[in-house]
Amino acid sequence: MTGPLSSLDRPVSYIGKSVPRPNAKRLLAGRGRYVDDVRLPRLAHVAFLRCPHAHARLKSLDIAAAARVPGVVRVVTAKDLAGRYTPWVGTLTHFKGMKSAPQHPLVAERATWQGEPVAAVVAESRALAEDAVAQIDIVWEELRPLTDMHAALAPGAVPLHAELGDNLCFMRSIDAGAVDEAFAGADCVVEESYSFARHTGVCPEPRSILADFDPAAGSLTVHYSSQAPHMMKEIFARQFDLPESAVRVICNDVGGSYGIKIHVYPDEMATVAIALLLGRPIKFIADRLESFVSDIHAREHRIKARMALAKDGTIAALAIDDVTGIGPYSTYPRTSVVEGNQVVGLVGSWYRCRNYRAQLKVAFQTKPPTTQYRAVGHPIATAVTEALVDRAASAVGLDPAELRRRNLIADDAYPWTTASGLKFEKLSQQASMEKLLKLMDYDGLRREQAALRSRGIHRGIGLACFVELTNPGPAFYGVGGAPISSQDGCTIRLDPGGSVTCATGVTEQGQGTETMVAQIVASTLGVTLDKVRVVTGDTERTPYGGGTWASRGCGIGGEAALQGALALKANILALAGAMLQADPAALDLAGGWVVDRAGGNRRIGLDEVGRAAYFRGDTLPPGVQPELVATRHYMPRQYPFAFTNGTQASYLELDVDTGFIKLLKHWVVEDCGRVVNPLLVEEQIRGGVVQGIGGALFEECIYDERGQLLNGTLADYLVPMAGEMPDIVVEHVETPTAESTLGAKGAGEAGTGGAPAAILNAVNDALTPFKARVTEMPMTPRRILAALGKA
Amino acid sequence: MKAPPFRYARPRTLEAALKLLAAGGDGARLLAGGQSLVPALNMRLLEPTMLIDINGVDELNGISESRSGIRVGALTRQAMLGASDIVARRAPLLTTAVPFIAHEAIRNRGTFGGSLAQADPAAELPACVVALDAQLEIAGPRGRRRVASRDFFKGVYETALARDEILVAAEIPAQRGATLFLELARRQGDYAIAGLAGWAALQQGRIAEARLVFFGTDIRAIDAKAAAAALATSVEAAIAALDHDLKPVADFNASAAMKRHLAGALLRRACATVMARAA
Amino acid sequence: MSETVTIRLTVNGTAVERDVQPRLNLVDFLRDDLGLTGTHWSCEHGACGACTVRVDGNIVRGCLIFAVQLGGANVETIEGLAESGALAELQAAFHARNAVQCGFCTAGMLLTADALLRRDPDPRRETIRAALSANYCRCTGYHAIVDAVADAARERTKRP
Repeated sequence: MTGPLSSLDRPVSYIGKSVPRPNAKRLLAGRGRYVDDVRLPRLAHVAFLRCPHAHARLKSLDIAAAARVPGVVRVVTAKDLAGRYTPWVGTLTHFKGMKSAPQHPLVAERATWQGEPVAAVVAESRALAEDAVAQIDIVWEELRPLTDMHAALAPGAVPLHAELGDNLCFMRSIDAGAVDEAFAGADCVVEESYSFARHTGVCPEPRSILADFDPAAGSLTVHYSSQAPHMMKEIFARQFDLPESAVRVICNDVGGSYGIKIHVYPDEMATVAIALLLGRPIKFIADRLESFVSDIHAREHRIKARMALAKDGTIAALAIDDVTGIGPYSTYPRTSVVEGNQVVGLVGSWYRCRNYRAQLKVAFQTKPPTTQYRAVGHPIATAVTEALVDRAASAVGLDPAELRRRNLIADDAYPWTTASGLKFEKLSQQASMEKLLKLMDYDGLRREQAALRSRGIHRGIGLACFVELTNPGPAFYGVGGAPISSQDGCTIRLDPGGSVTCATGVTEQGQGTETMVAQIVASTLGVTLDKVRVVTGDTERTPYGGGTWASRGCGIGGEAALQGALALKANILALAGAMLQADPAALDLAGGWVVDRAGGNRRIGLDEVGRAAYFRGDTLPPGVQPELVATRHYMPRQYPFAFTNGTQASYLELDVDTGFIKLLKHWVVEDCGRVVNPLLVEEQIRGGVVQGIGGALFEECIYDERGQLLNGTLADYLVPMAGEMPDIVVEHVETPTAESTLGAKGAGEAGTGGAPAAILNAVNDALTPFKARVTEMPMTPRRILAALGKA
Repeated sequence: MKAPPFRYARPRTLEAALKLLAAGGDGARLLAGGQSLVPALNMRLLEPTMLIDINGVDELNGISESRSGIRVGALTRQAMLGASDIVARRAPLLTTAVPFIAHEAIRNRGTFGGSLAQADPAAELPACVVALDAQLEIAGPRGRRRVASRDFFKGVYETALARDEILVAAEIPAQRGATLFLELARRQGDYAIAGLAGWAALQQGRIAEARLVFFGTDIRAIDAKAAAAALATSVEAAIAALDHDLKPVADFNASAAMKRHLAGALLRRACATVMARAA
Repeated sequence: MSETVTIRLTVNGTAVERDVQPRLNLVDFLRDDLGLTGTHWSCEHGACGACTVRVDGNIVRGCLIFAVQLGGANVETIEGLAESGALAELQAAFHARNAVQCGFCTAGMLLTADALLRRDPDPRRETIRAALSANYCRCTGYHAIVDAVADAARERTKRP
């Protein structure tokens, strides 16, 4: 670890240690507690009838036969819910000019995506509910689908929502520096168009919600598979006009989320509305078929990009045009424009070039809503930038690593504001790239590649430099009116036996949030990890927080935990000082004891301090009021984001006869600031890389011209499995942020942000002898053979 | 995705199963391994009124060998097929193919006969039995009959089995040449985008006789007779002759042209492997 | 068609008798009728492996077999195999390598890994990857799981 020693670098500190997660043991024993594991008296189950057409008017709906199916409690349609909720609109005021139509739980008149929920059957079992759904008599009038984003924006296109006037949800332009001049005077211009296919999260645990309304108490309790319990508490209260204090959201174990479970879904809102209507627990678990058509999708973009450069390889200007289709509505509360907004903000941003133009158009279309999914926009921005950089390298005859070397922002050039207005506190692009090149033996691989090429074996090496935004401040969402918190809190309490209970507003979906918090707290209070219990996910038991998203858990939640632990430590030492008649400043905590700061002699056990505080107040000096609990909240105030950075590389072999790829190896050097637990960070990176590989090579939601999803099962939608994935080597550089004491940035999304770019470059590198390029993702054998002119 | 309701019967003999099948009419379905049937039920693509569970019908079980070849009962689990010593000795093409079928958990339940009756054009076992010239024994209300495997597979999920018939066993002559098996799939265990199952008999370092059966390209497994015959001329001639044998059909993964191209690539590779082994 | 059938089978070593509808699949039977929620369903068409359990010693997809088919069968789930210690080395290795994140695929993954080690106690890395291809994980990227299975294989050889 780099940097001067701080209060965190103690003789016995968990900071920087690869500690296995204490919480994982029960998951390994089959003792997880996911929403579908929750059993409550009088629990009823929901199944939805969904619109089978991409665009259709509801002509008639007859639920009589369905309602008669034995075991059915109620069949609910839009008219049953009318007036019982406030429609939600997925716009934020800081996205100027943005527009989107109000959204409802169930279709009343017109459906605008295949999969949109229309009616809900509540029954004693899911099977019976599905039986009854099949009995609903429904007549649709099919309307013209609008699947193509360019067609949606073409002049004369029929607006999907008449009141909005057209299908442009949002537009943004950036024009920085002197772009036209730079292109005019350039030695070399490269340009390319890229296409990214819509794909989706495929969470192992499908979307799951169990809403329980007790009309006698007026209280709503929602067991929810989600990343942001407080946000949802706020939204349920607002949209269903409930007192804020009457709503409790509990997120226990979550079987994967990756950003999918942080948005408001009509079927989940319908489930809550039904619970309010019926006054009993109502459970909805999306099955896999409905997940494919109703989970949010992401990353459908068409991008035109140009780069101007000097013959020495200096990038003179960059210009992109990004059109993205987001379905018929912008999602709530985060909006669906953030992905495109980040694309145009991020492209080229880790290079010195200041001449940058970008145009973003976000279009409505009749496909499922798309919005934030892990790494939001970064995979696309990185792929476009890095592909163009490789293209440029080839055009000026430079090695791709060398071109990057000549253009990366120098490690000593910070702080830096990009052409698009992003503020970088301090990155380590040069150091991380050099570390990566050495780690992978870049020169050795190039020699191997050349030797094998002469034998007809085609390998590709792809590099990708990247940044990743983490730890967002309030200017990200809150500023625009969203009930999204960029602050977070941690309450830490010493118990009479010397153990520590700690409640945090950041949440756990398997990344290790609870372990990270425990490590920080245990280190600060000088206790062993097994003495610390961390509580997350329950709005009734945790400080008001933002939950987990944009890789904020460690940077923000961890800092709150650290500050809270420091505050509790001060309280403990104050009490110990009073008990010992010693100056608290001369005391410290270590090994479960209050010790002398100088010399480390044990003075009094934490358990004895605890017992004195809670049971033996009579032994304390007069006037002493022990407070063995402390809460601290933390929010980044200085930088809008804590940017991280890194470099990735892919080494693969391409079978030019079949278009099949074998991924040989993958490397990541990443800088997420102070690393609290290297094991957890590495595994987040690895998981993220494979998720990125999915989008690069395998995953796409295939739609026909009628807006019908053709491959909505796990047999036809290809998720990455173990057999085809490479080993992934991860190394770190640590550039802590000075904004917090902990100095940690985020790590959860960097793997996904950079991997597609590395794979794209590796494929095209392999294709170099054939003068062919692939610019469409996923890069399937079909697309590769097409580029080779072979089929 | 819960299956719709159905009546359930578990006959203990083939005769009882046939009676139930006849009585059940259009709504009755046989349940063997269930690895294709149950997903269809869970997705409500099929709504049978009755499932006839034949997993207890012993007459459909067993692998045995005779002088001319082997007999494999329809109910033989794919895992058992792959582990069978008899199969490895007399019809090693099957032994080679089995690990490509899905995954272990599927193969522990999925049956040999079930895969044949399902007739997925991209499945391995139908192509293998065609390559091995197996005779398929079928039982029905009108008695037993045999159908040559090349006549059994008619189209996508379509076979020569009548609605009231049950596949009993395959009589497989001893394999006459070295195993040829290649499959192109995106992921381990997936259905093939294109595959080749067959065998090649060498004489003096040349392929004297071969059976080339392509799967995943057409509406059913295709015995590429023209290509096999053209091998006597050259590998390239055989690849060109595939135009006579194959009528590829597009799917998510490949256009018809791509399937044709891949078939050629597979044939070239299979021949190279065989020749290299012989050298 | 809503008549039930009485089934008698053994689950995790305990004799069980229940009346079930024929359409009830094994994973729903285990979770809803027996309260054994350690096994999960995720796709209900046999593609993801989350529902993998052992029937008569062999791993199967719990979503593709009906409870009515299992009269006389011996079913083992993650709960039973964890309690018996059969998975001890795998669990310890998964834990040490952080090969479990959200935990949803874990039960199925452990059962598949265990089945591999029972038939191939010293598998090569590619063999491990091929066997684990039966189970979808979205969190780990598989590398740590492969490492964990390799570690567990080494530990298991030390069993008496």
